[in-house]
Amino acid sequence: MPTRRQLILGAAAVVATAAGTLALGAWRSRRNPPQTDASPLPLALNEMDWRLTSQRGVPVGPGDWIGRPALVFFGFTWCPDVCPTTLINISDWLEELGEDAEALTIALITVDPERDSPEVLADYVSLFDARITGLTGTPDEIARTAAAFRVRYEKMPREDGDYTMNHTAGVFLFRPDGRFAGIIDFHEDPAFAIPKIRRILT
Amino acid sequence: MKYLLAALAVSMTASAASAQSCPSWQSGDLTLTNAWSRATIGPARPAVFYVEIANAGSVDDSLTAISTPLAEMPMLHETVVTDGVATMPHVSDIPVPAGSTVSLAPGGFHGMLMGLTAALAEGESFPMTLIFERSGEVTIDVGIAAYAARGPACQPDDS
Repeated sequence: MPTRRQLILGAAAVVATAAGTLALGAWRSRRNPPQTDASPLPLALNEMDWRLTSQRGVPVGPGDWIGRPALVFFGFTWCPDVCPTTLINISDWLEELGEDAEALTIALITVDPERDSPEVLADYVSLFDARITGLTGTPDEIARTAAAFRVRYEKMPREDGDYTMNHTAGVFLFRPDGRFAGIIDFHEDPAFAIPKIRRILT
Repeated sequence: MKYLLAALAVSMTASAASAQSCPSWQSGDLTLTNAWSRATIGPARPAVFYVEIANAGSVDDSLTAISTPLAEMPMLHETVVTDGVATMPHVSDIPVPAGSTVSLAPGGFHGMLMGLTAALAEGESFPMTLIFERSGEVTIDVGIAAYAARGPACQPDDS
């Protein structure tokens, strides 16, 4: 089990390599899960323990999703490229699945709870597909949720005082019994997405 | 106005075939087309800029900067996914090699427009100046598609 410091430095090194610009001071360790194990795979929903608020102000926990297949992804509404692209991909999948899509729970969990209030999420997800639930919470609740999904995220300050977020970008698939069933990666060929979703529908 | 008409013709499920074809701009050996952006919720969120750049010449070029009156801080970025984590590093330039076409497109290279002076409204357009290492400056008109658009509201030129 790596120490917390090792985890933080290790993750920071990955990001620094990718971004080429990261100062270690920018790493906001408090926003990170306090402890994660080495496994990159999300827990089963019935092993998770978190509570968030939907864009309609309704409390939602992992137990609420048991009984239906679920697509879950992390993002934020200030995101100009990755998040709209993911939401558009999901809208495409829903369209292709037709009536079968009605069985799915689809949730966007924000990694930017400071800006993404339930109201902001409501405005945002409604632009894509009304079946998508947006979830937010306190920074601690978001950190706890991200830890359960083994999701990494990080605030990246910009020169002008604003900030953007790095975050795990795949779409997580869960079976109706809550078991984790796979990830649709951000750059994955869309042709593989539909068969993956169909597997959790049966 | 043509963008407004084009945008009206395009829904989420888009039959872009009914839209006007996208305009293109020439600068030396470069042809720029399929320029588009998405509407923003208010001016606080960053906007995005996509375009296709073809270099028909025999000399490599590169896009070094973008500039628009609509944004105080327009930058070139690339979406990179490393170990499942998406980052959006700033890129100093985007190569446009001789004889090739480079796309600024969803999930890859894109212009990120920060410090918007106004929200981007669907159906409108705005000027964008692209600065190339060899070909100099080219100013084009960028059509604003819907919030959830997959591509330009105009009919892309696939040739």
